[in-house]
Parts: sequence; C-alpha cells; structure tokens
Amino acid sequence: MKLGRSHLRIDTWVLRHLQVALSSLGRLYRTPLATLMTAAVIGIALALPTGMHVALSNIQQLAGGWDGAATLSLFLKQEVDEKQIIKLTNKLGAHPKLAEVQLINPDIALEEFQRLSGFKGALKALDRNPLPTVLIIEPLQQYSTPEAAEELMTEFNRLAEVDFTQLDLQWVRRFHAITEIARRGVMVIGILLGLAVLLIVGNTIRLEIQNRKSEIEITKLIGGTDAFIRRPFLYNGLWYGLSGGILAWLLVSISLWMLNGPIERLAGLYRSEFDLSAIDFYTLSILLLGSALLGLFGSWIAVGRHLSDIEPS
Amino acid sequence: MIHFENVTKRYPGGYEGLSNANFHVTPGEMVFLTGHSGAGKSTLLRLIGLLERCTRGQVLVGGRNLAKVKRRHIPYHRREVGMIFQDHRLLHDRTVFDNVAMPLVVAGLRHQEIGRRVHASLDKVGLLSKERAYPVTLSGGEQQRVGIARAVVSKPPVVLADEPTGNLDPELSQEIMDLFCQFNQVGVTLLIATHDLDLVSRMGKRILTLSHGRLKRDVAGRAS
Repeated sequence: MKLGRSHLRIDTWVLRHLQVALSSLGRLYRTPLATLMTAAVIGIALALPTGMHVALSNIQQLAGGWDGAATLSLFLKQEVDEKQIIKLTNKLGAHPKLAEVQLINPDIALEEFQRLSGFKGALKALDRNPLPTVLIIEPLQQYSTPEAAEELMTEFNRLAEVDFTQLDLQWVRRFHAITEIARRGVMVIGILLGLAVLLIVGNTIRLEIQNRKSEIEITKLIGGTDAFIRRPFLYNGLWYGLSGGILAWLLVSISLWMLNGPIERLAGLYRSEFDLSAIDFYTLSILLLGSALLGLFGSWIAVGRHLSDIEPS
Repeated sequence: MIHFENVTKRYPGGYEGLSNANFHVTPGEMVFLTGHSGAGKSTLLRLIGLLERCTRGQVLVGGRNLAKVKRRHIPYHRREVGMIFQDHRLLHDRTVFDNVAMPLVVAGLRHQEIGRRVHASLDKVGLLSKERAYPVTLSGGEQQRVGIARAVVSKPPVVLADEPTGNLDPELSQEIMDLFCQFNQVGVTLLIATHDLDLVSRMGKRILTLSHGRLKRDVAGRAS
C-alpha cells in the first residue's frame, strides 16, 4: 500500500487550522503572566521604531508648510523699462506653474532700505538708485520641490529681461537631507529591533518545545506528521508577535497622548496650529502585520531547528 | 504480515542489538517475544515501528519494505502500527478521552467520528466511565488499558506491545492478555514482548525467544 498524505476536505482543513489557532490562543491565555511578559518585551522593542517613525512623520508634516515657501527672486536688468516690466509681470502672471507674482519697485525698496538699514546718509550720496526691480515669484504647491523649483529657475534665467534668478532652497535641501538621515536611522533601528523580536520569539518557542518534549514524542509515535506537530508552535509565535504589535500600538498611542498637551502649548506660543497626529491606519496595518509575521517567522526558525532533534525513544 | 530477513541492527560503538534475525509473522497471528533484558526484544519492535532502521537485511511490514519508507512518510507508516509501552506514554495534562483520541486527531478525522470511535475503544477496554478522568487518577492497570485503547482506536492491522504487563500483578496481567486475545480474534496481528514466561506459556501462542540479539527458538503455538 502506498504511504502518503490522505486527502482532506478543504472545510476540514480550515476547521483544523481554526481549532489549532484557538487552542494555541487558549494555551497562552492560561499562562497570562508569562505570555504578557513575552508580549511586553516584543511590544517595547517594536514601540521604539514605531514611535520614532510617527515622530518623524509629524516633523515632516510640520515642515510641509515650509516647503511651499520656496520662492524665486527675479532680479531684472537695469536697462529694462517700465513698459517691459509690466509686460513681463503679466506674462508671468499667466504662467501655468506659478501661484503668485509680486513686483517690488526699486524706489519703494530703496526707501525701505534707507529706513531699515541706517545707511540713509550714504545712500543719499548716490546719484541714482542702485537697486534693481525684483519680481518675487511663488510657484504652485506641486512645483515647490527643490527639483521643480530649480527647473523654473533655469527657465527664467533665459528670459532677456532677467539679470539673474535667486532660489533660496539651501535650507529646504538641508532639512530634507536631515530628515532623510533620520528616516534611515529609524529604518536601521527598526531592522535591528525586528531581529531582536525574531530572537525573542525563537527563544520562547524553543523553551516551549522543550517543555512539551514528551507530547511531541508521543505525537510522533502515533503518526503525527511534522506539519501537525509544528502547527501549534507556529500559531503561538503568530499570537506572540501580534499581541506584541498591539502592545506597541498602545504604548505609542499613550506616549503621544501624554505629549500632546505640552506640544499644543508650545505650538500656541509660536502661534502655530500644529496638532500631533496619531498612528495612521497604514502605519498601524504595517505594524500589526509585520509583528505577526515576525512572530511567525521567529517561531518557524525555532521549530525548524529544534523539532527534528526530538525523536521518540 | 511481518517479515525479517537477515536483519542486523548495530548501534554506534559496535554493539549489536539484533544479529541476523529471520522470521515471518502471518496476518492475524499473535506472537510473544521473550528473552532476558537486553536480548533485543525492544530493538526488534522499534525496527517494526520505524523508530530505528536496521543496519543490514530487510524488514517488511504488510508487504512494505521499511528501508524504502522516506522520513516524511514515517508518520503514515506508524498510523498502521499501534504501539503499547510499559510506561504507557500517556499525556498527563489531558483526559482519558483526549489521550485515546490523539491518533484520530492526528489522522484528521471528523469530530463526530472521533467521538464514536473513542467511545467504542474505551468500551472495549472497560474504561468508558473514566473518559473525563486524568491519567494520574487511574491505577497502573487502568493506565495501561488507556494506552491499549489508544493503540487500537485507529484499527491498525499490526499492534506492538513492549512489556505491557511489566508493572502489573498476575491478575491484571491476565486481564490485559485476554484483551489482546480479543483483538487477535478480530484479525489484528499482535507482537508482544514480555519476560513473564509463566503468562506466556499459559497463553499457548507462538513464542520467539531472543538471546543476545539472536533468535534462539521459535516455538509454534498450540492449536486452540
């Protein structure tokens, strides 16, 4: 007679998985302290990168307002006359990529400069106004990224009336660079702590395998397949990971809630309406799915290494 | 049903648990295996249950050459060989019912079918009233009967028993043997290792005697 897997009906198969999943959950529930401690270690390990990610997202959101402030200053040539200036202003006003064009008259600018700089006497000695006409241009939101703004700058530099264009993007770039480094840092910490979660789950499952050695032996004696024996341990790992993920979510949410009051007060001092945003749905899904998978994978490693060592004697 | 052809089992270090064993057990036969401790009785049973593989020779069970059974197919082979141990090998955190149900759960039977078969099996060994009890609350004889119920619940064609009466008094031992005879009457092939020679001779079945890993005697049973 041929040996091999007997074909189970799909509903029987689903029912068996459901049974194992629930009995594994029940087993964890019966040892609440041990389960909670393992889940807490996983939760804390995952809360750190999650919290940093949320903080970083908040900072980027806060900086999102500044990105829009990327403005171009068009310094016009001295010989350009008033008619040409009006023509250029109208032309740029109709430009599809621009939100606003503001004309700064050199006479007004000089007046302001005299008033604010304290060089009143020295400036009066000049026989003519040395200041050029300046057009302050604000691109539309979607053209405010450093790359798009730079493209606009080269476009305007080619205009005959324009002497040179100045784009003050340095600080935007620096800020982007800093947040990019921070993002990478969070990623590295996330990977390291993810590995730690794998080890924690792996070690916990290893101990469980040792505790249930006689059960495994007997199951092998009566014809339990490796898959059958492996299954409850894999579900255990999955539950550990998932409960750790839920705990991490709670920890981060509580921390945000505790920080929210002081941050609102600080924002109020800056007359900002910045509001600390909680974990969004996408991040939460990634956190829970990731933690469950880490638990499953950690237990898979432990089971693969230690289950074959146990053979009935 | 069970064929041993020039079977030798050598353990690491050179010790031979079984040397050049040859015998044949026909389907529906009940055979006793005797010999001093360390004579190779357990080794022989372990080879049939594929807990070990022989070093030389061939073991065939139900026409299947065990050397050709791949590791991942071993569980399916064991489902056709019920095993009973001296120390019962029961799970103490599970009820009698759950212990007996294990082979059926492992085989993936449906819930109702499991309940029906476990009750039939427990009824057979006279422990139907104890299905909710835990093994530790049972006597040695009762625990052994739970072990037997578990071994036969999936109706395997071959049942192996390693010193099943080792810790029991003569009266209980006789009860267990009577139980085995009942299984034998419905066609189960039984191989029972024991050193209780009085009991064995009273049963009047075929007796294989091992000594230092060698098959010394093969005494045919009395026609009953």
